[in-house]
Amino acid sequence: MNAFPFISLLTAVPLIGALGTLSFGARNKNFARNLAFSSSIVALALTLVLCYRFDSGSGELQFQELHSWIPAIGVEYHLGVDGLGLVMLLLSAIVVPMSIAASWQVKEGPQLYFSLILFLQAGLFGTFTALNFVHWFFFWELSLIPAFFLIRLWGGPQRATAATQFFVYTMVGSVALLLAFLAIFQCTNSFDFISLGELARNGQLIPALASKLGWHRLAAEIIALIIFCGVFLGFAVKVPLIPFHTWLPPAYAEAQSGTTMLLTGTMSKMGVYGFLRILLPIFCVEMRSVLTHLLWLAVATIVLAAFAALAQNDLKRILAYSSINHLGYCMLGIFAAARFTGDSAALATDKVAALDGVILQMFNHGLTAATLFWFVSLLEKRSGGLRGLNDFGGLRKVIPVFCGLMGIALFSSLGLPGLNGFIGEFLIFRGVFPLATWTAALAVIGLLVTAIFILTILQRVFSGPLNERWSTMPDLSIGERLALLPPIAIMFVLGLYPQLVLGVIHSTVVKMVQQVRY
Amino acid sequence: MLAWTIYISFLGVLALLLPKVTPRAARIIALLTAVGGLATTLGGFLHRSDGTMITIIRVPWIPSLGIEYHLAADGISLVLLLLTGIVAIAGVLFSWNIEYRTKEFFAFYLALIGGVYGVFLSIDLFLLLVFYEIAIIPKYFLIAIWGSTRREYAAMKLALYSFVGSAMVLIGLIAAYVVAGGKTMNLFDLSRFPFPLHFQMWAFPLVFVGFGILAGLWPFHTWAPTGHVAAPTAASMLLAGVVMKLGAYGCLRVAMTLFPRGLDSWGFHVLGFGSWRDVFALLALIGIVYGAMVALVQQDFKFVIGYSSVSHMGFVLLGLMTLSQVGLTGAVLQMFSHGILAGLLFAVVGRMVYDRTHTRDLAMLDKMHLYKFIPFAAATFVIASMASIGLPGFSGFVAELQVLIGAWSAFPLYAIGAGFGIVIGVAYTWRAMQKAFIGEAEGTSADHSLPPISIPERVGTLVLIGASLVIGLYPQLLLKLVIPALNSPLFSNLRKESW
Amino acid sequence: MTVGYSELFRLVLPEVIVVAAALAVLTTDVLFMRNAGTRARFAIGAVISCIGCVGAIAWMLIAPQQANVFDGTLAIGPQTQLIQISLLGIAILVIGLSIESTFTTHVGEYLALILFATTSMMFLVSTQNILLIFISLEMLSLSLYVLTAFSKRSTRSAEAALKYFLFGGMSAAFTLFGLSLIYGLSNSTNLIRIASAIRGPSLNPLLAVAIVMTVIGFGFKVAAAPFHFWAPDVYQGSPASTATLIASSSKVASFVIFYQVLVIGFAGAEGRGGWGQYIPGWVPVLAIVAALSMVLGNLVAIMQTSVRRLLAYSAIAHAGYILLALISHAQQSFDALLYYTITYALTVIGAFGVVAVVENQIGSDSLSDFAGLSRRAPALSFCMLIFLLSLAGIPPLAGFFGKFYLFASTLNAEPQTLGILWLVILAIAMSTVSLYYYLQVLKRIYIAEPPPQAAPIRTPIVSQVVICLIALSIMLLGCAPNIFLSWLQQAPRIARF
Repeated sequence: MNAFPFISLLTAVPLIGALGTLSFGARNKNFARNLAFSSSIVALALTLVLCYRFDSGSGELQFQELHSWIPAIGVEYHLGVDGLGLVMLLLSAIVVPMSIAASWQVKEGPQLYFSLILFLQAGLFGTFTALNFVHWFFFWELSLIPAFFLIRLWGGPQRATAATQFFVYTMVGSVALLLAFLAIFQCTNSFDFISLGELARNGQLIPALASKLGWHRLAAEIIALIIFCGVFLGFAVKVPLIPFHTWLPPAYAEAQSGTTMLLTGTMSKMGVYGFLRILLPIFCVEMRSVLTHLLWLAVATIVLAAFAALAQNDLKRILAYSSINHLGYCMLGIFAAARFTGDSAALATDKVAALDGVILQMFNHGLTAATLFWFVSLLEKRSGGLRGLNDFGGLRKVIPVFCGLMGIALFSSLGLPGLNGFIGEFLIFRGVFPLATWTAALAVIGLLVTAIFILTILQRVFSGPLNERWSTMPDLSIGERLALLPPIAIMFVLGLYPQLVLGVIHSTVVKMVQQVRY
Repeated sequence: MLAWTIYISFLGVLALLLPKVTPRAARIIALLTAVGGLATTLGGFLHRSDGTMITIIRVPWIPSLGIEYHLAADGISLVLLLLTGIVAIAGVLFSWNIEYRTKEFFAFYLALIGGVYGVFLSIDLFLLLVFYEIAIIPKYFLIAIWGSTRREYAAMKLALYSFVGSAMVLIGLIAAYVVAGGKTMNLFDLSRFPFPLHFQMWAFPLVFVGFGILAGLWPFHTWAPTGHVAAPTAASMLLAGVVMKLGAYGCLRVAMTLFPRGLDSWGFHVLGFGSWRDVFALLALIGIVYGAMVALVQQDFKFVIGYSSVSHMGFVLLGLMTLSQVGLTGAVLQMFSHGILAGLLFAVVGRMVYDRTHTRDLAMLDKMHLYKFIPFAAATFVIASMASIGLPGFSGFVAELQVLIGAWSAFPLYAIGAGFGIVIGVAYTWRAMQKAFIGEAEGTSADHSLPPISIPERVGTLVLIGASLVIGLYPQLLLKLVIPALNSPLFSNLRKESW
Repeated sequence: MTVGYSELFRLVLPEVIVVAAALAVLTTDVLFMRNAGTRARFAIGAVISCIGCVGAIAWMLIAPQQANVFDGTLAIGPQTQLIQISLLGIAILVIGLSIESTFTTHVGEYLALILFATTSMMFLVSTQNILLIFISLEMLSLSLYVLTAFSKRSTRSAEAALKYFLFGGMSAAFTLFGLSLIYGLSNSTNLIRIASAIRGPSLNPLLAVAIVMTVIGFGFKVAAAPFHFWAPDVYQGSPASTATLIASSSKVASFVIFYQVLVIGFAGAEGRGGWGQYIPGWVPVLAIVAALSMVLGNLVAIMQTSVRRLLAYSAIAHAGYILLALISHAQQSFDALLYYTITYALTVIGAFGVVAVVENQIGSDSLSDFAGLSRRAPALSFCMLIFLLSLAGIPPLAGFFGKFYLFASTLNAEPQTLGILWLVILAIAMSTVSLYYYLQVLKRIYIAEPPPQAAPIRTPIVSQVVICLIALSIMLLGCAPNIFLSWLQQAPRIARF
């Protein structure tokens, strides 16, 4: 503990980069872009070093830093990273350079644009490593503001509404989160996630809540449930879970694709991360009491989002609903893992599998979705802004490399074995079937529908008769091919050898499952 | 030494009254005076920073009545002195461009500041009242001479409301003085005097409302939006930033310490209220939500900020009514935080936007896409908005956090209501920011060549943002002053259970 | 007790000096100055008068007397002498302000009348015999009537004087009737013996009538509602220095004697006026009068457009506040009364001084003529700011402390029950209202623009000096009231209470 402030350094890198880009990038566009990109590469390098020095065998938190910040209200500067956090850091470190590369040609105010991305990255790094609520909340909110401005200032025609909706939904969720945790602090005098988890495991959380918050003679469990709902709301809006999802499609569609890559690649994972880090350890008992409802929500998210994607005509919207759908699987895995299984070893293994799958799915989907949006942006550039499903046709003949690579990404999203998307979903279903059979069965419908709409894309955009308008569409340039190579490569590598990621997270997941055994 | 904050300010006034002072010299004198005040405060800050009460000067003034010239400061006073110093400097910087009767402007400005310093330092209640009322007349003239919309009406309304408030306080204090034997007006001695319960039951609400009027207690807040909108920028900054805190300070320092039993339960319930504490907590909550909702529908940019002040002061008053250490600390911190941020917001609206575009109508600003022409102003406003809605990293977050924690145990429903108020706060702030700076999504903007943001404005902005950021990231600086002060014997009567 | 003539002479020497000065002024003016300009005549006359007043003050300071002769006809002590010194000081200031007057050529008569009025006031405050009270009152009133009418070319002046005379005559009749009833009831003209004679278990109906009549008579003199109807016209119509005299020293003297008559003379018949604690007596009567004065004075002042009338209505309101001291009739109340009336008198002199300058140089005393004064005469405007804010009760000026002291001593008379709290609350509330109309004047002075091509104002030197001196003393008395207070309180009391 407190050895070398590695993570603080890591979080500081994008902050410094952002300030530098903002201050010095005004005069020279190129300078801004280069500085931002270098900063993100440095961050990636640091993350890889962190991975190298991470001990995968232990499920404990490593590289912890603990400083007193505001003792009067129990706020500490407390951070640390375990397998889950590390994977999230890695994902962020990879997606951000991709996003910067995809936005290379942004015209207006590039220094502001790139600095906002870097601020967002700092927020992400902080969120994924913080262990004290106030410290964590600081970074949670920090990531919100740049996202808003990225949508609002560089987005499409409906950007005002989209940005506002995004902001308001998330804010309401944040306020609910804040209030709930303030109540918890009032009762337990602690903001620390670890100690709160301990309290919950020892069964002391509910009595603590009840004793200090004796509201109108409500039962202790009801009080705890109310608090739980507050926290749940905060994260449910972020993932998003149906019915709190209505902000997402407009936001994803209106934002510039570079921004959308960030939104789908990293920000949506913040919600799932919150479930894993906060809700599951601390509120497991409450989750159990409403488990059926939660499972239904997850199924609804999966199935309804998939059907909605099927009905869309805008490529970005299809991918947006597809995002919701994919994260629904994560939620399914988490909720199933919350189920009370006592000491049953077999079910414990299933839970481990499910959670393994969840984290893997987070990583994979982040990567894949980001890549997909990148492709869409490349397409938009070539088509002069058009991205409707029916605007294209037979592109395979004109831009074969593009179609090939995008096809790989699409298949990965569909879950084709051999590509990275498959393993995550497989593990989730493997884990959930024994734990919540009917739910898993219904969720399979989602898989089916996903396959349908992805194949539809392939068919309408790539195959079919060539749309004469695009007969002169240029294929991917050398630079673009080189830039797209890493994500595609990772898709193959992880598809064939998922152990790379699983190895990192497995011990952490085992520990997590142990913690929800009570 | 802290008393020099008062003396320097009034010396500045005298210097400005000399016949041969040019506008340029007037500005320099004012700036030096304001900086001197802050420097003195910082000196006191560094010299003794453990938050307990230090007596600065205590001499008999009118012995036959037991009135003394007694100045003292504890942690709470230091925090507020710091606030005054910072906002004063910023105000002078943002008024650098005033050309009409410059000398008199700064003379009234410094007189107001001197009075405010005096209130925060006075321990003798007569002296406190003297300084409190000294502050009223400069306010009137600042608004009536250099203000804008309906300035004479607004100035008179503000002056009369303040005067009524101080009259109410006067009644309460004279009554307390007489009942306690007519021997002393010293706050410490009077707070130890066991006033009869029935006396406290009417004296407390009287004095609390008297100070509360100045603090923007709903429904006596109506002077605030009118006054703030009509006032010139520096005056709005001072009014919303510091003068409203005078009221809240009075509520805490005088009303709650002299008559702590006034907050006790009445023994019976009327409409769900069982004590003055319930009543004022509800009024505070209404202020939070009402202020926010009204701000949401304003068409005048400055009115949005004016009503937001009412909303934020509601947090202060709610914090006061929680009667817990964390809640009271939050209230004091919110006084500081909102003071800085209100100053910043009014500076942007008044000086950066209105002085250049000559309009405050959001519909007109919507078409101007100001973020392209005065990006510094846009960025400042964004940062100020984020801070004022309670974004972590800025001072407002820690303050609201503490108030909400305190509110949870005392009035849980009100805590939720306050959360609701925060959400609406986000809505109106964001609406104002979007309309004023970003503008409609469609349509190209005409070329508005606006004068660039001048150096004094930039310096002022940096000072204010810096203060909010420093305290937001490291609130311990202020907390280590406030918490020992709240634990001092002066507040012992307020402590319920153990806090 | 009887005393010899030389002894008596020493006791009344101050008054004699003042009368001598008056005669000297008259003689000088009539004999030697017929052909000089008005200004020169005023100057010389003023110098002589001031020498006289200063001489009287000096005598009182050097050889303070203490005596009670002729059955209370002359009851002098340190406190009385303090009041007399204040009256003389006020007279000096008023004379100083009158030097620049242009409304009359009868300079000697004017100044002599001022001095005679002052003499009568000096007698008024140093007597405890109802006969001499009445004589002094009449002498004062007659002098003031004539002084009011002095501006022969102004119809307003004549109208004011006539109203003053008619009202005054009527109220003198009331006073006399009341006092004679008292004599009938008590068979004595000395206040102390009257008190012991009329003391009884319940209120004799005749006594009640006498009380009411006395209150009416004195109420007129101090311009309390509902006996105030003469005040606005007199303040507006009479020449500036006369109005000043009426507003200042006449008030001081009248209140002092009002206090003595009621508190010493009607000592047993006070009654109580607290909320829910009514006992018949003169206290409840005064309470009603005070309440009426405060409310009426302040509310009607709001609508005035002439600064003089505004000051008149404010005078009515202030009379209401001062009556609080009578209502609480404790030792501290008398000190408060003295402090308040004397500082009020000073403030009013200053305010009228400014009004006089404005009238002379700009034309009239309407609010519009004050527009932009701060640009044309900065020092004068600042002094007016001081005066008006002191009247409103804004610290750190003398008016604030005066009000505070007054209210505190009123409540302090009954610390346990805070008897007359309702009236104090009313007073504070009405005082708040008063800020509105004072700010109206200040608004004109500081905020409104001066008329175009407006020349700067040349204030005459003596007026300037006097006004600034008064402003300084108001600020001084406000910041360090102890200077005056200790003087007030050190004067040991004659056995009166």
